[in-house]
Amino acid sequence: MAEIQRRKKAVPFMSTRGDRIFYKLNNLVMLFLIGITVYPMLYVVFCSFSDPDQYALKMGKMLLAPAGFSLQGYKTVLQLSSVWQGYRNTIFYVLVGTCFSMAITIMGAYVLSHKDFLLKRPVMGLIVFTMYFSGGMVPTYLAVNSMGITNTIWGFILPGAVSVYNLIVLRTSFNSVPKGLYESATIDGAGDMTMLFRIVLPLSTASLATITLFYIVSFWSSWYNALVYLQKRRDLYPLQMILRELLIMDQSEGFVDSLNNKTASQYLLKEIVKYCTIVVSTVPILIVYPFIQKYFVKGVMLGALKE
Amino acid sequence: MNTALDNTHKKGGGFLHRLALNIRNHPMVYIMMLIVMTYFILFCYWPMYGNIVAFKNYKPFLGLARSEWVGLENFRNFFSSVYFFRIVKNTLVLSLLNLFFGFPVPIIFAILLNEVQSARYKKIIQTATYLPHFISTVVVCSMITLFTNSTGFITTFVNALTGHEGSLISDPDCYRTIYVVSYIWQSFGWNSILYLATMMGIDPSLYEAATIDGANKFQQIIHVTIPGLKEIIVIQFILACGSLMSLSWEKSFLLQSSLTYEVSDIISTYVYRKGFVDNDYGYSAAVNIFNAVINFGMLVFANQLSRKYSESSLW
Repeated sequence: MAEIQRRKKAVPFMSTRGDRIFYKLNNLVMLFLIGITVYPMLYVVFCSFSDPDQYALKMGKMLLAPAGFSLQGYKTVLQLSSVWQGYRNTIFYVLVGTCFSMAITIMGAYVLSHKDFLLKRPVMGLIVFTMYFSGGMVPTYLAVNSMGITNTIWGFILPGAVSVYNLIVLRTSFNSVPKGLYESATIDGAGDMTMLFRIVLPLSTASLATITLFYIVSFWSSWYNALVYLQKRRDLYPLQMILRELLIMDQSEGFVDSLNNKTASQYLLKEIVKYCTIVVSTVPILIVYPFIQKYFVKGVMLGALKE
Repeated sequence: MNTALDNTHKKGGGFLHRLALNIRNHPMVYIMMLIVMTYFILFCYWPMYGNIVAFKNYKPFLGLARSEWVGLENFRNFFSSVYFFRIVKNTLVLSLLNLFFGFPVPIIFAILLNEVQSARYKKIIQTATYLPHFISTVVVCSMITLFTNSTGFITTFVNALTGHEGSLISDPDCYRTIYVVSYIWQSFGWNSILYLATMMGIDPSLYEAATIDGANKFQQIIHVTIPGLKEIIVIQFILACGSLMSLSWEKSFLLQSSLTYEVSDIISTYVYRKGFVDNDYGYSAAVNIFNAVINFGMLVFANQLSRKYSESSLW
């Protein structure tokens, strides 16, 4: 007990007065940094709960709390069918897309980490090559178009679904499975599939979780494929495309229809609805984020270690 | 039972013979390889081949194969166009500003964060500053647009301070600042992870020795922390130089408007506009090839530098 107490005190004892001032100042700088990263998000939340009439007085000013309180904005968002259709589409793309990407990534990583695979070097070369050279927007469009998957869900999911970076990270993790396990499993008569499902995958769960999360986030925030490959199918648009139309291009056709008489408070409500849409579309990520943060951090480190 | 298993790597027998044996022993591995390669051939190599459109006068009703060859005409048109200088300049300027202002911030932040004494507070700071990284580009750009348009709170704030008038995002003089500041806002926390982890690996006895020699906190940072980070800083800097011309397409596309094209139009947004708005496929692909060649050159150059100045390199 005394030992622990002494150790706890060791650092402050050694630190000079200057150091203590440094620590105080440093803590203040950090508080300031938290402030500037979090405030823009808080501001969005404040605006989303504001009352249109009171918001009018405070528009363009810094808010420290919602201007008045009203759920009118959220009620209006509930009626925006395009947002909810986008939501449904995005959830579908995240589920199907992540499964597809994971399947290809696992197969690629397993093949490239298999010790007896004769074509390992040329296959690795062909895959890594695509990291540095790609088709570019137009040639990729022409190819995808010839495959006949434009304006279908596959036009959104397939192009760019597999990340070579993730594949190589997973291969590194598969490589670290002890070689002795392969040999004893082979002696027991295990085939390659048994090996993959019973030994390699169960021993790599942390990397698998990290890479799955990477894919989920990338499908969640993806929209370029919809812009280019789903030009004729608005009903297949993911949430991010809808957000782009509502928030950045300021096209809120369906919404304007419901609010035809353009009074000032209707205009303000429209502004508030924008903030509500941001909240509604970002909350799922922000809720799960603190729990999965450590996997992402692990992912950054996995990538940095490489070989 | 499995005597043939490891014959694959033995000497003797032609390559085809060994391959046949390898396929017989591991059929599933080859099936998986075929599936994976099918994906890469369809979605990476086919588009790569499609780059020949840059050397053709593409006519949709003729298709790629039967469109007429025009040699380097698309490239000549691009190099002599008034946009050439503008988009190369904008791409370079935005990249260099991002690098110059964005690169040091995570390093300084990581060093300061490392000096925070309370583990709990440290955890809170990390959670808060990593957060913007997880917000999608569309939402971040929406927030930027809402805050810096004519009624946004940042506009009001900045205009009150500087006497600037009107919206910031549609003012060409402010576009670059908004671009770089928002880049730093979104990435500094996340980019600090690598440096923070490297600092964990610095031998604590170095700090103890420095303390005994009477070094204060600031001197410890200069003489222990920064030398410990030097290697990773060099590698990261070289990597950043290698991707100098490959600026994010999404963000520029979402933030730009015709009012700010003179500073916001970069190579990739021009490629998009030429390809999918003007439907000039050949020209657009030519511009993209030009960009890819420059990018690759940068990468090779950066890798050479990395080999020279540090132990690590990409290949």
